[in-house]
Amino acid sequence: MALLELREIRKSFKMGGGDLEVLHGVSLLIEKGEFVAMMGPSGSGKSTTMNILGCLDVPTSGDYLLEGKDVATLDNDELATIRNRMIGFVFQGFNLLPRTSALANVEMPMLYSGVGARERRRRAREALDRMGLGDRMNHDPSRLSGGQQQRVAIARGIVNRAPILMADEPTGNLDTKTSDEIMKLFQDLNVNEGITIVLVTHEADVAAYARRILRFRDGIIIDDEINARVRGADAV
Amino acid sequence: MISTVEIVKVSGRALLANKMRSFLTTLGIIIGVGAVIAAYAVGQGANSVIDKQISMLGSNFMYVFPDRSSVSSFSNPRYLTVSDAEAIERECSGVVAVAPLAETTAQAIYGSANWSAEVSGSTPGFSVVREWLVESGRDLMDGDIRSGSKVCVLGYTVADKLFGEEEPVGKVIRIRTVPFTVVGVFASKGRSMGGYDQDDFILVPITTAQRRLTRNANTGRVGAIMVKGVSMKALNYLEIQINDLLRERHRIRPDRPNDFSVMNISQILDVRRKATQTMSLLLGAIAAISLIVGGIGIMNIMLVSVTERTREIGIRMAVGAKSGDIRLQFLIEALSLSLLGGVLGILLGTAAGIGLSAIMNSPPVFGVGSIVLAFVFSALVGVGFGFYPAWKASLLNPIDALKYE
Repeated sequence: MALLELREIRKSFKMGGGDLEVLHGVSLLIEKGEFVAMMGPSGSGKSTTMNILGCLDVPTSGDYLLEGKDVATLDNDELATIRNRMIGFVFQGFNLLPRTSALANVEMPMLYSGVGARERRRRAREALDRMGLGDRMNHDPSRLSGGQQQRVAIARGIVNRAPILMADEPTGNLDTKTSDEIMKLFQDLNVNEGITIVLVTHEADVAAYARRILRFRDGIIIDDEINARVRGADAV
Repeated sequence: MISTVEIVKVSGRALLANKMRSFLTTLGIIIGVGAVIAAYAVGQGANSVIDKQISMLGSNFMYVFPDRSSVSSFSNPRYLTVSDAEAIERECSGVVAVAPLAETTAQAIYGSANWSAEVSGSTPGFSVVREWLVESGRDLMDGDIRSGSKVCVLGYTVADKLFGEEEPVGKVIRIRTVPFTVVGVFASKGRSMGGYDQDDFILVPITTAQRRLTRNANTGRVGAIMVKGVSMKALNYLEIQINDLLRERHRIRPDRPNDFSVMNISQILDVRRKATQTMSLLLGAIAAISLIVGGIGIMNIMLVSVTERTREIGIRMAVGAKSGDIRLQFLIEALSLSLLGGVLGILLGTAAGIGLSAIMNSPPVFGVGSIVLAFVFSALVGVGFGFYPAWKASLLNPIDALKYE
């Protein structure tokens, strides 16, 4: 049983008068422990696919099986629980709460899973330490660099021990050097923690860190290949 | 599921992040609750003063005055007499006591002390109607009236001015030039609402007053007749009886107006009490409107806040917040605002109540009931008007909320 399975997923959005279909039947299997990059130009459907995989959005038709369970049968609260326990998110714009310390930001997912204050604090510190931010815990996002903010976001994504991490253009707002640091962190989490990573990017350099690359164009997957030359693999 | 304590903390942080806005939002509630508390305090205070006034004047009583304006040369001499008073007592039902009153102001002298006092000529009914208690000695008795004896009962002030520390009972004072034996002293009632000293009078038998002081002995004329009824309700019927009785006694033709007037003091006070009640009710209505407007203010700000923080809602939902968690967070923010407004309003209302009562010269009365009511009401406003924005926030789709710019 695959960890994530999409079968003939279609998704349309209401646009002006009619419906605009952006996914025209996407099917894919992602196994536990994979590091998958979804590539393609803007509007190709890669982000929409990731939002569906992340239970942030629902398909118009088709089936999505998460650990073999049909997601369409779940209600909003159950979807929230899946986002809370199974999936961590990292966004291009970081999406941290403003005027809220790095520590409090990282603690937030545990707030919604009922983890006690002391345990929350401990695990948030641990995750931030893991991201090399041990000395920035009480800083507000506004006082952190882009790379640091993204590492806070990654810490938030892994703190609740979610087995899947989804990243939508995580390096889009970062310079090349910082991008490489962030990508190495993903690689490290994938190899050493066994976290399944689904990454959306339009940069080949970034996608090169993944072991499998899916190429999207016009709402379908046009190519699905194993990355023979994984970048930085020797370093991990 | 998130614990309520954690949500309260999250909500509290959000409110503290916008202190000025939070305060201004609560202003409507502060004013509303403050008005409720102040209105209640002042209204109850005024009522308690009126109650006290009634008890000082004596309850359930009315005055009958001769109506000088309507005296006609064609009718018989029209004034009230002692026999009118006796007739009322004899023929009207629902009467507790009747006291004719002939008043004059006169100089009272004892030794080297002298004092100008109101001298009230009346009957034993006087102390019954006006509810005076004798502190020492005795009250007037029927025998004093019949024999027209030269005795008097002193109001507390007069006793104090003339005798000081000395015991007045048994002593002889002179009113004008007439010697009167002091037989008793009334207990003090203190000052009335208008600051008038109620204890500054001397009570003498009406017969003696008419013969020796007012010179109306032949006609038996009196300044007024006081009537005490068995109850407030009985007064209205009593008034009708007195009216009929006196018209008959004075032989007033049906087409002629009364040559006397009946003043129902209790009724006047009752009207005043109703007026304060109406005022309290009006203030209460204004307060209720203010609370509703305040609630709409909270709803407005919460709606703005939900829109402003759409992305925050998206982030929270993305990391696992359920719709209920979001709803609770915004509901608690609204509730906190209204309860904060409630507490500040109670403080403000208490201060305003004390201030207004000082101006109105009546003590404020604060009821636990009004404070609890104000608090509960502001909580209801918070929940009532906070629900829609909170509900709206919880309906957001996570991905739409995240993409919101």
